[in-house]
Amino acid sequence: MSATASQKVPRAVGDRIFSGAALAAGLFIMLALAGVFFFLALEGWPGLSAPELIYRPATDFWSYVGPLVFGTTLAAVLALVIALPFAIGIALFISHYAPRRLATPIGYVIDLLAAVPSVVYGLWGGKALSQAILPVQGWFYDHLGFLPFFKGPPSATGRTMLTAGVVLAIMILPIITAISREVFAQTPRLHQEAALALGATRWEMVRMTVFPYGRSGVVSAVMLGLGRALGETMAVAMVLSASPVVTLNLISTTNPATIASNIASSYKEATPDKQAVLIATGLVLFAFTFAVNFLARWVAGRGERRLNR
Amino acid sequence: MTVLDVPKGTIPLTHGRLPQWAPLLVGAVAIAFGGLLGVVAGGGLVAMSVVAVIVYVVALPLWSAAVENRRAAVDRFVTGLIWSAFAVACVPLVWLITMVIQNGASTINQQFLTFDMRNVIGDAQGGLYHALMGTLLITGAAALMSVPIGIFAAIYLVEYGKKNRLARVITFLVDVMTGIPSIVAGLFALALFVLIFGPAVRCGFGGSVALSLLMVPTVVRSAEEMLMLVPDDLREASYALGVPKWRTITKVVLPTALGGIVTGVVLAISRVIGETAPLLVVAGFTDSVNFDLFHGRMMTLPVFIFTQYASATPKGEAYAWGGALVLIAIVMLLNLIARVIGKIFAPKTGR
Repeated sequence: MSATASQKVPRAVGDRIFSGAALAAGLFIMLALAGVFFFLALEGWPGLSAPELIYRPATDFWSYVGPLVFGTTLAAVLALVIALPFAIGIALFISHYAPRRLATPIGYVIDLLAAVPSVVYGLWGGKALSQAILPVQGWFYDHLGFLPFFKGPPSATGRTMLTAGVVLAIMILPIITAISREVFAQTPRLHQEAALALGATRWEMVRMTVFPYGRSGVVSAVMLGLGRALGETMAVAMVLSASPVVTLNLISTTNPATIASNIASSYKEATPDKQAVLIATGLVLFAFTFAVNFLARWVAGRGERRLNR
Repeated sequence: MTVLDVPKGTIPLTHGRLPQWAPLLVGAVAIAFGGLLGVVAGGGLVAMSVVAVIVYVVALPLWSAAVENRRAAVDRFVTGLIWSAFAVACVPLVWLITMVIQNGASTINQQFLTFDMRNVIGDAQGGLYHALMGTLLITGAAALMSVPIGIFAAIYLVEYGKKNRLARVITFLVDVMTGIPSIVAGLFALALFVLIFGPAVRCGFGGSVALSLLMVPTVVRSAEEMLMLVPDDLREASYALGVPKWRTITKVVLPTALGGIVTGVVLAISRVIGETAPLLVVAGFTDSVNFDLFHGRMMTLPVFIFTQYASATPKGEAYAWGGALVLIAIVMLLNLIARVIGKIFAPKTGR
C-alpha cells in the first residue's frame, strides 16, 4: 500500500476508464429498455385516438386491438397445447431415456429446429404444411365438428389458425425442450437411485423424483415459450389469412390475426396515422410479453429459492 | 426354516419378465402390420406410420400386462410414447430441410447469386445479390454495435458488479430483453428514427439498431457465463503479481474466456441474421443494390424471401425457396463455425 504516487496514478486512470466503460455498457442496457418503452409510447400515443376511419372496420383503438389480442392469445395457447407434451417427452427422452451416447447429438438436432429462421418456417407453413394439413382438418371437422374449435366449414387453402398454431408449436418446441431437459438432468442422482432401489419402474422414478424437482423450471420454460409464441410475427403473417373477427373456430376461412402479424401485413400501405396505430398495438404486445416473461422469471426465481433452502 | 415348508412354486421369488428383445419384436410386428394395412387398404406413408406407432404403443403394454404386471406395463407404455414424441418432432425438421433443399437447389445458379431484382419483369432472370449485401451490411453493423456493449456489460456484471443491486437489476433487465418480440424491436427503431428524421424514414441502419437490441442480451448472457467459468485462482495470481484490475481483465480473464465468448457472439449473429419482422418495418424493401446504411431502403435476405413469397407467382415462389436455401446455409454455416471454435478453444478454458 506504500507504492509511490507516480506508480499508482496510471494504474488508477486505466482502471477508472475500464470500469467506467463497463458500467456505461451496463447502464446503456437499462437505458435501451427504458427507450423501447418511451419511444413506443411517444410515437404510439397519437394512435390511441386517431380518426375513426383508420380503425375500420372497428371504431376506436380498443375495439381495433381487442380481436388482435384475442388472436394472439389463441394462437399462442394453441401452440403451447400442441408443443408442451412433445417438449416434455423429448426433454425426458434426452435426459433419461435415450442411450447415453445418442443424447448429445439428439440435443443438437432439436437445437437445429431453433436455428431455422422464422421466415423459412413461414414459407414452409404456407406452402407445404397448409396443404398437408387439409385431410387432418377434414377429419377434425367430420368427427369433432360439435366442438366450437372445429365447427368449420374447413378452409380449402389450409391457411388457418390450426396451421399457424402447428408452425408456432414447432418453433417454441426447442425453447421449452432446452430448458426442461437441463432442469431434468439436474435432478439429484441420489433421489433417482433411491427411487429405483425401492423397486420403482423408470416411469415411477421420473414421476416421483424428476417431475417434482423440475416443476418450477418447466413452468418457467413454458412461460418463455409462450412469450416467444406471442411475439412471433412472420410465421403467422405468412400462414394465416386473417380478418378482424373473434372466433374459436380453428379451421375455417375467417381467422383472427395476431398483433404481430397484423403489424407486418398492414405495414406496406401505412400512412403516418396508421403507423401510429400500429406502433400503439406494438406497445400493447410489448406490455403483454413483458408480463408473461416477468411471471416466468418470478416462478423460476421462486423455484430456485425453494431448492436452495 | 419356515420358508422351506412351503411347497415349491406357490410363492415365486421372481415374477415374469419380457425378454430383452420384446420391444424390437413388437416394433417389427407393428411396422409390418402398418405396411400390410397400407398395402391392403391404401393410404400414405403418414397413415402407415401412425398405425405402426399405435400398434406398438398398445401391443407392448398389453403383452407386458399379461406377463409382467400393471406397473411395468405403464412404464413400457410411457417409454413408447416418449420415443414416438421424439420421432414425431424429427418429422418437421427433416421435412422442412428436404423441401428447402429440393425446391431451392433448382433455383440457385450463378446469376441468382449475382443479379439484383432491378427492372426484372416477367420471366427475366433476377437474383438476390442486393438482399445478400443488405443482410451482411445490416447484420455486420448490428454486431459492431452490440458486441462491445454486450461484452462490457458482462464484464461489469462479473468483474465489477459482483451481485450488487445494480448488477441484479441489469441481469433482470437482460432477461426481460431476451423476451422482447422482434417486431417490437423493429417498431422501437422505427419510432426512434421517425422522431429524428420524420415519418417517411426507412434506412438500413435502423434495422441494425433493431437487430442489436435483439443481439445484446444473447451476447451478455453467453459472455457472462464464460467469464464466470474463468477460475478465480487466475485472477488472484495476477493481482498477487501487482497487475491492476483492468490489465488482469484484458490480459488474463478475456483471453481465457475468448473461445466461449466468440462462440456466443457467432451464435447470436446466426440468431438475428434470420430476423424478418424488424427489417421489414424499418429497412423496408427495394429491388436495387444499396450499400449506404444511412440512406434509402435496403433489402435483406429474409425480407427478400417474404416479398417473393407474397408476390404469389410461380417464379416468386421459386425465388423464395432459393433465398431460403441461401439463408439456411448461412445460418447453418455460422452454427458450425461456432461449434468448431468452441471445440478448438475448449481445453484452454480448463473445462
